[in-house]
Amino acid sequence: MSIVTVQLGQCGNQIGFEVFDALYTDSHCPQGLCSKRENEAYQASCKERFFSEEENGVPVARAVLVDMEPKVTNQTLSKAAQSGRWKYGQHSCFCQKQGSGNNWAYGYSVHGPRHEESIMNLIQKEVEKCDSLSGFFIIMSMAGGTGSGLGAFVTQNLQDQYSNSLKMNQIIWPYGTGEVIVQNYNSILTLSHLYRSSDALLVHENDALHKICAKLMNIKQISFSDINQVLAHQLGSVFQPTYSVEGSCHYRRNPLGDLMENLVPHPEFKMLGIRNIPQMSENSLAYSTFTWAGLLKHLRQMLISNSKMEEGIDWQVRPPLSGLPTLGKASLNRGLHFNMSIANLVILRGKDVHSADLGGFKDSALYTSWLEPINAFNVWKTQRAFSKYEKSAALVSNSQFLLKPLDTIVGKAWNMFASKAYIHQYTKFGIEEEDFLDSFTLLEQVVASYCNV
Amino acid sequence: MTQSVVVQVGQCGNQIGCCFWDLALREHAAVNQKGIYDEAISSFFRNVDTRVVGDGGSISKGKICSLKARAVLIDMEEGVVNEILQGPLRDVFDSKQLITDISGSGNNWAVGHKVFGSLYQEQILEKLRKSAEHCDCLQCFFIIHSMGGGTGSGLGTFLLKLLEDEFPEVYRFVTSVYPSGEDDVITSPYNSILAMKELNEHADCVLPIDNQSLFDIISKIDLMVNSGKLGTTIKPKSLVTSSAGAVKKRHQKPFDAMNNIVANLLLNLTSSARFEGSLNMDLNEISMNLVPFPQLHYLVSSLTPLYTLADVNIPTRRLDQMFSDAFSKDHQLIRADPKHSLYLACALMVRGNVQVSDLRRNIERFNVLLTKCPLAHCQTVP
Repeated sequence: MSIVTVQLGQCGNQIGFEVFDALYTDSHCPQGLCSKRENEAYQASCKERFFSEEENGVPVARAVLVDMEPKVTNQTLSKAAQSGRWKYGQHSCFCQKQGSGNNWAYGYSVHGPRHEESIMNLIQKEVEKCDSLSGFFIIMSMAGGTGSGLGAFVTQNLQDQYSNSLKMNQIIWPYGTGEVIVQNYNSILTLSHLYRSSDALLVHENDALHKICAKLMNIKQISFSDINQVLAHQLGSVFQPTYSVEGSCHYRRNPLGDLMENLVPHPEFKMLGIRNIPQMSENSLAYSTFTWAGLLKHLRQMLISNSKMEEGIDWQVRPPLSGLPTLGKASLNRGLHFNMSIANLVILRGKDVHSADLGGFKDSALYTSWLEPINAFNVWKTQRAFSKYEKSAALVSNSQFLLKPLDTIVGKAWNMFASKAYIHQYTKFGIEEEDFLDSFTLLEQVVASYCNV
Repeated sequence: MTQSVVVQVGQCGNQIGCCFWDLALREHAAVNQKGIYDEAISSFFRNVDTRVVGDGGSISKGKICSLKARAVLIDMEEGVVNEILQGPLRDVFDSKQLITDISGSGNNWAVGHKVFGSLYQEQILEKLRKSAEHCDCLQCFFIIHSMGGGTGSGLGTFLLKLLEDEFPEVYRFVTSVYPSGEDDVITSPYNSILAMKELNEHADCVLPIDNQSLFDIISKIDLMVNSGKLGTTIKPKSLVTSSAGAVKKRHQKPFDAMNNIVANLLLNLTSSARFEGSLNMDLNEISMNLVPFPQLHYLVSSLTPLYTLADVNIPTRRLDQMFSDAFSKDHQLIRADPKHSLYLACALMVRGNVQVSDLRRNIERFNVLLTKCPLAHCQTVP
């Protein structure tokens, strides 16, 4: 089943390009470490999900590019076409001239309705090309104007028009030190709207990705394309094909559906995060060897201590003892910064996958009391290695990891709102103070729910 | 890509404007090697086939035939405009883009605003409409004027009201030259106050500049160049103040160097909108992020570096020094000391070979000072 990707805004388009590139490069990577038949099945599955066939054999990405100014989409389209390996459809791009001015209200209330028909038509065309649609993957940032405002509008429209399909939004959490002054406003408005209309929110923080680039990849001068490549690597390790049932050799057909079934048991908890291990520069890769036990141990501790990469993990944090009553569990959690999970999904790729022991993840202390580990924890496996890593593991988790950043952003936005700064820019385009207050209420509710997990 | 129209009013406005167009042409010439009329050039220039008489000569793509500036030149006395039209830039301006009178405004805001305003209202509107029609997607009007005189301040601010009524969706960026301590116009305080009221109400964003700061910057540069310490390492034509000899080689007028600084400022402000980069910031984003309340739209600007070194690989320390300089009051184009008062918002626009990690590092350094700061990042080196 196929996934249609919608790339919105400068951030969305830049990331989208890297994602498709990573997916393509991996599926055509010669070092798959498995049999030829296996490799071909993998390639075919990946191709069915993300690319469609064109006459001259060059795969066309199943994507719609939307931006309100032409610079980035032109760059993205030409980069893809120049690579010669895959490209975007000629008519799958929609852009305007003037941009959204980092204004959520402009993206949502002005650009949205104005261009609703054209954008939905483009998406419709892309959907018709699919044999069967698994769902939508929407890539956007939260700080800007187009990605956030228009993204929220498009997601709502998809909810109305394709109510049977699943939608996963990939959102980029801006740098804590700031990229755009009104990013807090844009973020809270986006999050509150997406929480109502999307099925799952996959969050990547710029700060975390930046640290990964600096510490693990040893890149001295980090550019946005480096950050995007790390992100694409993480997404690729989740979305590439995996076996559907333990032991069988058929690849999973409905990745989005299975992901949501496993990870979003309750609509109040929709925020997902990815952790990937190992992650290192290509030069170091040649000198490293891994064991499943070591990788999984690190991954588990990364989950528990809420660390985003395998360096600097706090090994002191431990899950609380299972004998204590629920209330005790909650207070102990806060003291040790233990990251409680609602659901986890581990994806293993590479050699000797079946020998990996995942007992550490089935510990009921890691999970909330209202979900048994047998329901809360799932594993996906494939023998085919990902992107030259002999063994790699990815963890998609629905946990408290975003609690602190979310709280911070809501706090900052509230401070700005209290002084009514910049509000006139939003009311100019129809977003009133009540909309802001609604967003604050919804997000406070989400923060409270995650806190009391 | 969006287009902008520059409206230059009064003697000061026209002189700055002249430097601006010169620098803009030079910048595009350096970047655009093939002579194709592309979107970057179209933001300030039209491509016109001069053989066609009348209005139909605009060409939108292909090779550059003849570039015409998207500008309207207004002055109530003929001297300055005539000089421009006799200089090397005469082909860049369309003769239909000028409005002149003979007697001038006599340094009187009332004459500029009320008398000439009502007299020339229709003509001004017509020229503005014409230039707007030539634009595919007009984003912004840049108005350049001085506050102390008569035409610049009076007629310039009259224009703002006209623009707001006629083109309500187009941004109005005003570059105002404020009178400095030693000013030669006696009525300049009155003119400035009357003009400020109009700016408050009708402009979207104002970039105040004053002559004294510009003069200080020039003295600083001269000191650097003449002290000989860095003499051998400075690229000869890289000064922010140099016009690289093309426009007025023989008679270097006293205000030329200062006008070049302002022209540089305008070019750099719009660079992210014209060229590609990894984090673009358009003009509407600038006004969105830097204007927290409708009437607080006065932006203090500063430029670094003031000269480039011959060594192309800028070591990190020098880059960090540039960021520190951007916040120092010696590099500002108006006398003000923000460090001892409060930063409401600030924006850093970076051009050239600077990566996100450098930006991050420097912003963290200034975290004490800054609580709110957006970034833009443009890849083209001027």
